[in-house]
Amino acid sequence: MSAPKPTPVFSATTNACKACTPLGACLAFRGVEGCVPFLHGSQGCSTYIRRYMIGHYREPIDIASSNFSESSAIFGGGENFCTGIENVIAQYDPSVIGVATTCLAETIGDDMNLMMHEYRAAHPDTSVPIVHVSTPSYTGTHAEGFHAAVRALADQLAEGGPREPRCVNLMPGMVSPADIRHLRELCEVFDIQPTILPDYSDTLDGGSWREYHRIPEGGTSLAAIRAMGRAAGSIEFTSVCDESATAAPLLSERFDVTAHRLDLPIGIDATDQFCQTLSQISGRATPKRLAAERARLIDAYIDGHKYLSGTTAALYGEEDLVVGLTRFCCEIGITPVLCASGGNSGNFETSIRHISELTGNTQVIANADFAEIEAAITDNKPDLMIGYTRGYAVSRRLDIPLVRVGFPVSDRIGAARLLHVGYRGTQQLFDRIVNTLIEAKQDASPVGYMTM
Amino acid sequence: MTMPGHNLPILDARKPHVHTKGDQPINIACEKHSVAGSVSQRACVFCGSRVVLYPIADAVHLVHGPIGCAAYTWDIRGSLSSGPELHRLSFSTDLREKDVIYGGEKKLEQALDELIAQYSPKAAFVYSTCIVGLIGDDVEAVCRKLTEAKGIPVIPVHSEGFKGTKKDGYHAACAAMFSLVGTGDTAGIKPHSINILGEFNLAGEAWMIRRYYERMGVQVVSTITGDGRIDDIRRSHGATLNVVQCSGSMMPLAKMMQEQYGIPFIRVSYFGVEDVANALYDVASHFKDQAITHNAQQIVRAELEGLLPALTRFRNDLTGKRAAIYTGGAFKAFSLVRALRKLGMQTVVAGSQTGGREDYEQLRNLCDDGAIIVDDTNPVELARFVQERQVDLLIGGVKERPIAYKLGIAFCDHNHERKIALAGFEGMLNFAKEVHGSVTSPVWRFAPYRHATEASNQRGIA
Ligand code: SF4
Ligand code: SF4
Repeated sequence: MSAPKPTPVFSATTNACKACTPLGACLAFRGVEGCVPFLHGSQGCSTYIRRYMIGHYREPIDIASSNFSESSAIFGGGENFCTGIENVIAQYDPSVIGVATTCLAETIGDDMNLMMHEYRAAHPDTSVPIVHVSTPSYTGTHAEGFHAAVRALADQLAEGGPREPRCVNLMPGMVSPADIRHLRELCEVFDIQPTILPDYSDTLDGGSWREYHRIPEGGTSLAAIRAMGRAAGSIEFTSVCDESATAAPLLSERFDVTAHRLDLPIGIDATDQFCQTLSQISGRATPKRLAAERARLIDAYIDGHKYLSGTTAALYGEEDLVVGLTRFCCEIGITPVLCASGGNSGNFETSIRHISELTGNTQVIANADFAEIEAAITDNKPDLMIGYTRGYAVSRRLDIPLVRVGFPVSDRIGAARLLHVGYRGTQQLFDRIVNTLIEAKQDASPVGYMTM
Repeated sequence: MTMPGHNLPILDARKPHVHTKGDQPINIACEKHSVAGSVSQRACVFCGSRVVLYPIADAVHLVHGPIGCAAYTWDIRGSLSSGPELHRLSFSTDLREKDVIYGGEKKLEQALDELIAQYSPKAAFVYSTCIVGLIGDDVEAVCRKLTEAKGIPVIPVHSEGFKGTKKDGYHAACAAMFSLVGTGDTAGIKPHSINILGEFNLAGEAWMIRRYYERMGVQVVSTITGDGRIDDIRRSHGATLNVVQCSGSMMPLAKMMQEQYGIPFIRVSYFGVEDVANALYDVASHFKDQAITHNAQQIVRAELEGLLPALTRFRNDLTGKRAAIYTGGAFKAFSLVRALRKLGMQTVVAGSQTGGREDYEQLRNLCDDGAIIVDDTNPVELARFVQERQVDLLIGGVKERPIAYKLGIAFCDHNHERKIALAGFEGMLNFAKEVHGSVTSPVWRFAPYRHATEASNQRGIA
């Protein structure tokens, strides 16, 4: 039994290759210390988003909702907003609340600034900062929501002041908790103190508890976010976002913090660029330890290259991730025959075509759904699919092995611990990819070789 | 030292929704819109409609709205189909900014046109999500037009998320289905015939239940919501009895069918030994037919013969353990309390998202003194209750799971996403295995919460 093969149609999206904007915002807010994400709109959105995120992270993910009723939809959600915020403060004692708007609140045109103002006027003695981001889902995907929330945090909280030369802002985008931990390590070997925003490495991948925590420990502290205006530089990983959509350009404009915009550091070239940037900011050469990791990775590339030669892959997921994966695949000898994303930033294809090693035979589809993805690879099946769980149906029908990366990975455990970035993360991803191909070959062989 | 969990506050507005069984009669607040800002485990009206209609496998289910509502409900139920599987595709009009400004009717119409041409479904359901009402789309009109043009029923489901609760979504779904009932041919339907309502065929459960009834000599006309087919629903008014499981979701349809077609209904549950046996006996006694009654007895006897000894092993390990239950509908909670008791376990916390006053009264009567009964709870409260009552097991859905796991408490998934059949006699054995497998796992001895509670219990603080 497996679900029927869909056929792409023009006017409907069939099996979406994206999630909605507020989800991304909630994820970002979840990486701020003491923060409760709050969706202004109706109940269902927050519950569905929680459910979807729990499937991937397997951790408590509480997202409050102002829980619109019919009257709020008609007269505005001001009253629900106020009560909602009061209750979140009473129940969670948060140090910050991250408010994102759902499609409903956006459509009725609730004025969030006015509402926050009214809330403050009615509660002069509560000082919990409320950060607001506008996230109508009909204008983007979860990736846009994520970046918008990060930008809103910087916009509404960061402050200027004397430079702190060892501090660097790092906005990595939607990477895994394990990635965040590794990025911190990488910064630290350059003697850099990073403010990683968001940092859900503990909040969404924490240990077993002695007692229940209303808000999981960890996350970027308010103080650290405030200090972002004083950092020596900002690094953000994005290939597709416009400068008006992310935090680093804003910090550069407002506080003169130099912005470095890089591709996701997957693969040697991209990681080299990241390390060079760290080196440039810190004035330190790449430490021996890293050089050793890099050398091991090269060695692994060589050990594995024969298994990869001539292979093809279909890549799908968030635009930035797919750009990073495409670059990586080119680097190791896998030809991407399809690069697809449900995102529609307008810069996806350009970013992909920009990758110099890419040959002309790669099909690029933005604004894609899984019906289109399947149609694109049915007649010319690649050896591999690389992407998140929702592509499993396609991989199963077409009998193409799937390497799981991205969000969500909800049919395996350990999604939060998947590492992709830096030399070490690349190493792990490389091993997984090569082994998946070897396993497929081994299983398909009638001989049953024990050496491959 | 304070009791564990007491640092977790219950909001004032939520206090009337919590009852502790003692001398006081129960007077619980319920069936209300969730408190703003409390992290309710409920979803929305759309969710209610979507889960009920979802298993109708030969229809196109088109979610009219922005992408999230469809993306989060793609293939979410473990409802199996023995034939077409159209229900496992997720269709959305994926409204964009220009649609929100200029209206989405055109797009909806085109989408339906294309999807019906592409998949030749027996019907199409169009779900309205929150913003559809606001942008003024006349979904009814589009559906009427397509019904005429395409010659299949194109049925609007009025499921705007904010217009009530999940229960209202059940109503909307039932209304949509009811528009089909009575439009099919009832030839060949025997006097001893039933429809099975509210059984969603998770992991093939409806097939199992269907087989029980067929072995009894009762004809099953339609399973409506599990392995559902449009044509079966159309002729379901030919059955002489509706057998309704699940308290909230399908009662409206049963009532409408009673009113319009004079078909009586009975309420049953297929979870737990007693309940499933009663579900067979109640149907038998409705038909007052000796052969059917005899067959039902035979089935129950044969099934129990294998099952009861098998349960003993689990019971030995589980006796005295404490459980918390949080379900969507309250009816399932009743069955779970009884099923747990069969395994020697005591329910000390029980609640539901959508229970009514009578439901909670019954739940209270079923549970022992000191049990906490709760309506529309949230993670913080639930975490408090499971610590306070020191439960060994939590039964719920994926949203409740992390609460248990972070504290090192065993968990059993009894929600609509599960992949294991828990209904019927076989299901009881699976349930016992599931509970046992989690409760007796060796990993708990490492959990810090377990150490902390054990230590405080030894100091005489409970
Ligand atoms: S209404 Fe918008 S915010 Fe809510 S689930 Fe749908 S797409 Fe997401
Ligand atoms: S937008 Fe409305 S219908 Fe869709 S998930 Fe949110 S509350 Fe439910």
